[in-house]
Amino acid sequence: MAERTFRVWRGDKTGGKFAEYKVDVGKGWVVLDVIHRIQATQASDLACRWNCKAGKCGSCSMEINGKPRLSCLTRMNSFKEDEVVTIQPLKTFPIMKDLVTDVSWNYTQNKRIAPFKPGPRPKDGQYRMYQRDVERSQEFRKCIECYLCQNVCHVLRDQDKKDKFVGPRFMIRLASLEMHPLDTEDRIEKVMNEYGSGLCNITKCCTDVCPEHIHITDNAIIPLKERVVDRFFDPIAIILHKIFGKKKS
Amino acid sequence: MKETQTQAHSTNFASTNRTDLWWIEPMATGFGFLCFVVYTTWAMFQAGYYYAAPYLSPLYSPTLMIDPTAAGSAPLGTAWFGAWPGWWPKFLPPSPAMLVLIGPLSFRLTCYYYRKFYYRSFFATPPACAVTALPQKDYKGETHLLLFQNIHRYCLYIAIVYILILTCDVFRAFFKDGQFGVGVGTVVLYINVLLLSKYTFGCHALRHLLGGRTDCFSCANGKEHLGYSLWQKVTHLNENHMFWAWVSMIWVGFTDLYVRMVSMGIWHDFNTWRH
Ligand code: SF4
Ligand code: SF4
Ligand code: FES
Ligand code: FES
Repeated sequence: MAERTFRVWRGDKTGGKFAEYKVDVGKGWVVLDVIHRIQATQASDLACRWNCKAGKCGSCSMEINGKPRLSCLTRMNSFKEDEVVTIQPLKTFPIMKDLVTDVSWNYTQNKRIAPFKPGPRPKDGQYRMYQRDVERSQEFRKCIECYLCQNVCHVLRDQDKKDKFVGPRFMIRLASLEMHPLDTEDRIEKVMNEYGSGLCNITKCCTDVCPEHIHITDNAIIPLKERVVDRFFDPIAIILHKIFGKKKS
Repeated sequence: MKETQTQAHSTNFASTNRTDLWWIEPMATGFGFLCFVVYTTWAMFQAGYYYAAPYLSPLYSPTLMIDPTAAGSAPLGTAWFGAWPGWWPKFLPPSPAMLVLIGPLSFRLTCYYYRKFYYRSFFATPPACAVTALPQKDYKGETHLLLFQNIHRYCLYIAIVYILILTCDVFRAFFKDGQFGVGVGTVVLYINVLLLSKYTFGCHALRHLLGGRTDCFSCANGKEHLGYSLWQKVTHLNENHMFWAWVSMIWVGFTDLYVRMVSMGIWHDFNTWRH
């Protein structure tokens, strides 16, 4: 056990303050353990969202020493012995209380996306897919909806463009649908005009913070941007599209 | 319990609670790139010492036109369009590099990796992750003015032509006065093409064009089609695109420096021709 100092933001949407707590940190602790200890011993009204404590539910997202992280996966031994650890709520979403933010904007974005629409079943009634064909979509299914990527994306975080860009989490959802071998829906026009692919400047912070290590920028956003180029900016691809008129790019 | 009145987050430019040295990466990459730009611009304005038989600097290849009077210039016979024209304005040096650098430059400037790097280093949107971006009234990203980035795949086509041209240069670097041989310069030129290929063939646009654009690699007949294996190969290079971008860029600069030094007689080229 070693006593460590924590600065935890306390407040609600009207404002608040950083409160300092000293906690005896045990071996193998993660930041979420510290928050639980503060709740148990010093501030029973400290609000924090969590569920699995195993990096799988995506609830415990917060900013720890300025970095968007899952608190249940942030080990205390990753900090220096005498380092004061600052804990803040996510910046991009409105604060409800203390470390809990209102992430419901994300669910609204999800609803805007046309769902999976498979073509008619083959004669024997069985859809068939090869592993290599669904692999790309499967990478994106690893998402635990922690919204750390949405939080760090400067388009949403600093540029205040929530009305123009759905954010990286939904770019991977769009990519997983668009790349699905059985899907027949065409979302490319909306990817550019409604979901705002052009607002992303591929600076890759979403990829950097994703706890599931999804290659958000390289495997989802850039491929979508390239499909947009096919459809709207590459004269050769546009002519080919006109001639062969495929349902999807 | 001590308390201080504050907001949860600052919205000031470059504000962050990150405690690591987040500014090193944008500074170092920005500085490294500037060094390259300064060197190539300087080398381009030299208009000479870009050839040391049988080596041609990659910055000057292909030699579209040549001023044979310049020191260290390539033989006139290798120029695609002959001697340098008399009407060329005096204030611009008769440098073949001026005519050819625009190709590789446009390829790199519209490359997805370079975009990431210069939006961070030079435009601070954002300078680093979770560090407040430069405030903009109405951020437009890659729409409007920056729509031109979408020409990247056409720059790629040009870059592939350059790879072919530089490969021919490597081939020529094996022959001095018609005699086969190898020199350190040959190896330097060979490594240059190798690194540039690793960079060019790991391009995101190529990855899309060769296979990424399809939704199904094997729906046509249940067999994996050629696009899939090509896509996998490009993906393999693409995973280290940033690495290849940097080493190939540094090596291009070094290759020019090597040829320049040999051409000026400052460095000696060890080779099998013995002269
Ligand atoms: S790469 Fe695009 S989506 Fe991801 S954080 Fe950067 S701007 Fe946002
Ligand atoms: S993509 Fe990654 S960072 Fe974004 S919500 Fe999903 S798991 Fe979290
Ligand atoms: S508590 Fe579930 S991810 Fe941290
Ligand atoms: S993406 Fe870097 S060269 Fe095309």
